[in-house]
Amino acid sequence: MSTLTAKQSGRRPQRSILPWLATPALLLFTGFAVVPLVGVFALSFTTWDGIGSIRPTGLTSWRAVLTDPGLPHALWVTFLVMAVSWAVQTPISILLGTFLAGRRRYRAVLGVIYFIPLMLSSAAIAIAYEALLDPNFGLGAGLKIEALSQDWLGRPGLAFGVVIFVVSWQFIPFHSLIYQGGVQQIPKSLYEAAQLDGAGRVRQFFGITLPQLKYTIITSSTLMVVGSLTFFDLIFVLTEGGPGDATRVLALDMYKRGFQAGLMGPASAIAVILVLVGLALALLLRRLGGRDAGASQLEGAS
Amino acid sequence: MTTTLTKTRRPQQADRPEGPQRSRPAARRRNWLGGLAGWLWLAVVAVPLYWTLITSLKDRSRYYASNPLVPSADPTLENYRMVVESDFLQYFVNSVVVTAGAVIPAVLVSFMAAYAIVRGRRMRVLRAMNGLFLMGLAIPLQATVIPVYLIIIRLHLYDSLTALILPSIAFAIPLSVLVLANFIRDVPKELFDSMRVDGATEWTTLWRLAAPLTRPAILTVSLFNALTIWNGFLLPLVLTQSPDRRTLPLALWTFQGQYGVNVPAVLAAVVLTTLPVLVLYAFGRRQLLSGLTAGFSR
Repeated sequence: MSTLTAKQSGRRPQRSILPWLATPALLLFTGFAVVPLVGVFALSFTTWDGIGSIRPTGLTSWRAVLTDPGLPHALWVTFLVMAVSWAVQTPISILLGTFLAGRRRYRAVLGVIYFIPLMLSSAAIAIAYEALLDPNFGLGAGLKIEALSQDWLGRPGLAFGVVIFVVSWQFIPFHSLIYQGGVQQIPKSLYEAAQLDGAGRVRQFFGITLPQLKYTIITSSTLMVVGSLTFFDLIFVLTEGGPGDATRVLALDMYKRGFQAGLMGPASAIAVILVLVGLALALLLRRLGGRDAGASQLEGAS
Repeated sequence: MTTTLTKTRRPQQADRPEGPQRSRPAARRRNWLGGLAGWLWLAVVAVPLYWTLITSLKDRSRYYASNPLVPSADPTLENYRMVVESDFLQYFVNSVVVTAGAVIPAVLVSFMAAYAIVRGRRMRVLRAMNGLFLMGLAIPLQATVIPVYLIIIRLHLYDSLTALILPSIAFAIPLSVLVLANFIRDVPKELFDSMRVDGATEWTTLWRLAAPLTRPAILTVSLFNALTIWNGFLLPLVLTQSPDRRTLPLALWTFQGQYGVNVPAVLAAVVLTTLPVLVLYAFGRRQLLSGLTAGFSR
């Protein structure tokens, strides 16, 4: 341990320097995350077009947002995206995660292509899919397959489905990775005991694998659900919230009101709702599992 | 998923080291459903990627007439030339500057903070700080983009690369601190103690002991942050305006707006913007993937 012969600069270690070590991170985080978080509450009680001066106008923005039928719609679309993408991604991810955990030989082959979507930017994915799904020049049209050459992004129901599909395409690899890690941590002895009892694969899966994955499921679901609130880039580039407002989720609603329509007050109110929904969901999921990854991290930290 | 024994089962089991905790239970028998899903999903992932690549190499005039799944007989780089000539080098440089400019300070300050949080876990100030960073994990930080925009304007940084760097650092801190703290916590306490006996200060212990021992974690966190920032779209969209400040994802989007009908060129742009990441992926796949789940699977 040659590193241990560090310079002798004091008899007793100076504990007091520790808070200073954390200060740069604290300042940066406060300046560009905490202050904005407080700021978004403050801005929701003002009127501002994004360029001119900011005038405090009390509840005007909130009144405008809460009476706008666009809000329940955006909330509903956000909820739908969240619920449907969760319902699509979770079973596939568990299945793939279990599969990947077992097959080392195949993993090397599959893995290379498998995780590429994780590397790509949402913008790149959205643009590639826009081209691929084009009713006249896309893949379906080129193959002359009627069923594939629909106006995918031009019809509300289809556009919603496309968003779910592309989201799943992008994020299922990530969640499979989490489940793969979870499956690998299940003690082998559990399966051996089950085998002695004559339990088949299906029974083993539902009797051991799934229950043992409980915390993994909660972690993955939390990430899916809270993450789905921030699918801004993908939906913005893919559909811009359209057709009409079929895929106009909260994050998109915020951007469009604020930066396109110059209504920063109402947009901030939407942002506040977004923050509250995110926090509520995180807390709800934690309660649901009793103890999720975040909670255990908290315990470990203190 | 039925209980079936096949020829392939035995060699598979034979080459697996028997360890009590490193178990791979699913490998014992063929997982038919999982296997089917695995190969199906591989196709779902691979087909769009393949299509994007081969189409980007097709001649624009002949692209519409050709079979979309058959590569062009004489591939052309014309589309790529067109993309490169649309200032993509500039956008590439911007992306590199923003990514490096944000990742290096973000990991540095996060590492110092993580060290302080682990070593000073009995100090109230540091526990409060840790709580603050953890809170940042539960909040969709994108929701703060309007005040961030306001702050950037007030700092006279609007439409500069610094405007992208500062919030990127802040957004990267919570997860970086969490992951790095988890790894620093794994450093045996005796090592810290012996450093103290030798009279080392916290500052020297930080750099001489904690940093070398957690180097893989530092690399992992850096790669994760780099990927997130490299692919970032919202901040450049909101905080910049001039074409010469664009980063790659934003440039890609504006390029599509301009040349949308020229599908091969748009797809060439998609390939070009993702090429740097894919090169990184080819060399450091393991690190990148463990970086992606480091915060969640521990």
